[in-house]
Amino acid sequence: MPQYSARIYVTLRPSVLDPAGTAVQSGLAHMGYSNVGPVRIGKYIELTLEADSEDAASQQLDRMCDQLLANPVIENYRFELQTLATV
Amino acid sequence: MKFGIIVFPGANCDRDVAYVTRDVLGQPTRMVWHEDSDLDDLDVVVVPGGFSYGDYLRCGAIARFSPAMQATVEHANRGKPVLGICNGFQILTEVGLLPGALMRNRDMRFICDRVPLRVERTNLLWTANYSTNQVITLPIAHGEGCYYADAATLAELETNNQVVFRYCGPDGAVDAKYNLNGSLGNIAGICNRQGNVLGLMPHPERASDTVLGGVDGLPLFQSLVQALVAA
Repeated sequence: MPQYSARIYVTLRPSVLDPAGTAVQSGLAHMGYSNVGPVRIGKYIELTLEADSEDAASQQLDRMCDQLLANPVIENYRFELQTLATV
Repeated sequence: MKFGIIVFPGANCDRDVAYVTRDVLGQPTRMVWHEDSDLDDLDVVVVPGGFSYGDYLRCGAIARFSPAMQATVEHANRGKPVLGICNGFQILTEVGLLPGALMRNRDMRFICDRVPLRVERTNLLWTANYSTNQVITLPIAHGEGCYYADAATLAELETNNQVVFRYCGPDGAVDAKYNLNGSLGNIAGICNRQGNVLGLMPHPERASDTVLGGVDGLPLFQSLVQALVAA
């Protein structure tokens, strides 16, 4: 079965405040980078999976993200798939 | 009337709840291991505070998939009472029994304090022993208690009177300056539409015995016992 590598990016929805991002922006300003605008902090997840096809892998990842890896109430997600090996 | 309290790896308020239900109120109480999926003997399920499964990924995200939580959803769907306190509230939103999400406190700090709350609604099995707009004081201890929901969900909560507790001033004024964690609408606790599922960030179980310096949480448990005994 083909093996895939996925890079998953989970980000806060634009309507959601990000106090951690605001704190980091302020930290950057203290470093002298007062030219930095709003900072948003998200999550980056890597995993590998086996699936029949890239479509199948993509569908499974959608379910994983909707149910566990992201919380659709507050977060958006996107992912990139890469074929590792076809056995 | 029998209480069940779910014990996750990382739960730390489970025994505090059991002390109230078993020792203070004299009700049969069973600790439910997170891998247990048979809750048929229980009248009330309590999802306690703590840091279930280390709160990895997001607070309550992993706990929602435990067998005990799947059974708790069925329990709630049968109209039976489910109470989520602190991390339990977070888990109830993750599993979809309550709307919205709990996010990092606005000021990034973990807040450990005793705070005034206004009781918004008393026609619930959870709050019958309080009076409407009564100001009570309960302990809070959380880093992720900032309630968030989108505008439509928030409007629906208000329309259906699902907000049960709000952070307020000592005289009951609900104002932005008393909103210690940034929660929308000063929301500290909500119920589902039917009213059988309640989630709140404050800890009523830590204010149910005079030795702990306050008993404002006790009427919540007493209301519940009385409602179920009468039913």
